[in-house]
Amino acid sequence: MLQDILVTGLVNGGVYALLAIGFSLIFGVARIVNIAHTAFYMLAAYCFYTLLTKTGLGFLLSGVIAVAAVTLFSMLCYRLVIEPVREHESAVLISTIALALIFQEVMLYLFGGHFLGIPSTIEGGIRILGVSVPYQRVLILVVAAIMLGAVWLLLYRTRLGLAIRATANDLEVASLMGMNVNRVAMATVAISVGLAAIAGVIATPVVSVHPHLWLDPLVIMLAIVVLGGLGSLKGSLIGALVIAYVEAITVFALPAGAYLKGAVALLIMVVVLLFRPEGLFGVAFEEER
Amino acid sequence: MLRSILAAAAAATLSVGAQAQTIKIAILGPMSFVQGENHWAGAEMARDEINKGGGINVGGKRMQVELIRADTNEIQSVPDATNAVERVITRDKVDFLIGGFRSEAVLAMQEVAMDSKKIFLGVGAAHSKLGLNVEQNYERYKYWFRVAPTKDVDLARTLFAVLGSIGQQIRTDLKTDTPKVAILAEKAVWTEALVAAAQKNLPAMKMEVVGTWQPSATATDVTAELSAIDRAGAHIVFTMLSGPVGISVGRQMGERNMKAVAWGINVEGQKEEFWQATAGKAQFVSTLDTYSEVEMTPKTIPFVQAFKQRYKKAPTYTAATYDAIMLLKAVIEQEGTTNADKLVAAIEKIEHVGTGSTASWDKRHDLNWAVGKTAGIAVQWQDGKKVPFWPSQVKGMQPFKMPAR
Repeated sequence: MLQDILVTGLVNGGVYALLAIGFSLIFGVARIVNIAHTAFYMLAAYCFYTLLTKTGLGFLLSGVIAVAAVTLFSMLCYRLVIEPVREHESAVLISTIALALIFQEVMLYLFGGHFLGIPSTIEGGIRILGVSVPYQRVLILVVAAIMLGAVWLLLYRTRLGLAIRATANDLEVASLMGMNVNRVAMATVAISVGLAAIAGVIATPVVSVHPHLWLDPLVIMLAIVVLGGLGSLKGSLIGALVIAYVEAITVFALPAGAYLKGAVALLIMVVVLLFRPEGLFGVAFEEER
Repeated sequence: MLRSILAAAAAATLSVGAQAQTIKIAILGPMSFVQGENHWAGAEMARDEINKGGGINVGGKRMQVELIRADTNEIQSVPDATNAVERVITRDKVDFLIGGFRSEAVLAMQEVAMDSKKIFLGVGAAHSKLGLNVEQNYERYKYWFRVAPTKDVDLARTLFAVLGSIGQQIRTDLKTDTPKVAILAEKAVWTEALVAAAQKNLPAMKMEVVGTWQPSATATDVTAELSAIDRAGAHIVFTMLSGPVGISVGRQMGERNMKAVAWGINVEGQKEEFWQATAGKAQFVSTLDTYSEVEMTPKTIPFVQAFKQRYKKAPTYTAATYDAIMLLKAVIEQEGTTNADKLVAAIEKIEHVGTGSTASWDKRHDLNWAVGKTAGIAVQWQDGKKVPFWPSQVKGMQPFKMPAR
């Protein structure tokens, strides 16, 4: 049972991490609580599904186009919907909820409430520690690891990354130093949604695409970023693994309570917050800007 | 001015006259989802057939059937469902209500319908409480009848009957005396009685319950559950799934190349789109169902073929709105009236041969359960096709298959 928990938690933690890090990034840099984050994940899944099944472009090309299209679209949404109200956190929150619901209803209108599936990118599977794992899930884990590495490189080895970190550290000083903070925020939105879109594309073959696809991961993602510490990338990664493992342990230890796995994960988050209100790796509130 | 008023009055009179020529039936369902689509499709087929034949004979007067499409959105919102019923009763002034799918929503819709003393023929919800209401307060709830499926307790009887036959096949094929069964039921009101019954009955059927797993009805990932079931060495995964989790189970069992076979209720598995939704991974997944090209009644095969020809896919059980409308036609013509109280008495006595069942009703206005009449059929996905395999005595049934070991 231990090996089942180890493997299942690790694989599921991959997708969670991709979603949570993007969300945490945009919050850390621009203080935008983007509830529509997982809705972009859902849009990317639909886009990938449509390109793959209707145009026959193939997995790679369909995936690249889907990620690029959704990323560009998110920049447009940022400019039109979020930027005008960015100074008002509650307005941003409500705007992004509205965006997510609009995306959901548009997909419901266009595709109906059907559950759509596509074949795996790679068929077959392997046994890891005696646990059967489909290749598609291994691919998810590998892509997640590569993407997380790429984000780390971008943030810590490039000028854009330096600007993003500087803006995250102190927006006003970054602005006084001559940085175009709006452009940095826009770039951060693109990176953040790009990660969500990649998660959507690589996860589509293991989940069904439907208009409410964004809701389940949203709750888990919020739990992860709060647990890890809002704005902390390291916290998001570790939070993703913690939540994924808590879910796996719940299912294995309490089979008849498998439906409680989300609730148990949220309970862990609450317990952590009781002792560390800033989350595992978050900045203490009094030190924030 | 006077001419305008007279013209308006004449138009109103004509309108009332025109309305009186039709019998208005509200079709209630989640129209953006497969269940609602089938509600509507079955009803359309019945309407067109009746109207083409001159309508319904109401005491010598021919009346056309007019359908009102009511999107209940009940999968997402119970209040939306009750609002839809209120609307069709008060604004559209319908004569009858047919449909519903999600038990929680149908229980609420039932209240609204009973307030207005409208006959409500349920096509979709299985919860026993709907019929229990009739027994406990007949005068209020007598306008409710369940046309499809049978109530949850009777669904369990069918499930165990089929499970017994699959268990026997496993005993023979795998040379084991006690097949191992994993119960995989979504956490919902309708599965509670079924899970309890399974835990109690399976040992008596000489089957070992290796565990009970209860994921959320909307879970998109059940790898942890399936991994544990695999580890427990189950031969059969006994499913009770109405939500999208049914797709996740079908697909992920295939991806894991599991040797256990899935049998039970998998509402998503009843849909033609299931194979595509699982990306062709749902080989050998089996489920209770209603329609297939087998001779359940003399009307089944012609209906299924006509449905496929018109909608380019096979019907699911909510297409039994067809049977509900035909039942109404039968009792209205028999009684010569659309009076609800008289029709209730008539339905209580009738045996109606429909397309999915040969139906008669008990004191709860639930279907009388009988194999070959109302118990439905069992189907298994084999190479992209839904293959019917139970009850074996019905003409057209094919063998049940097990994954290779």
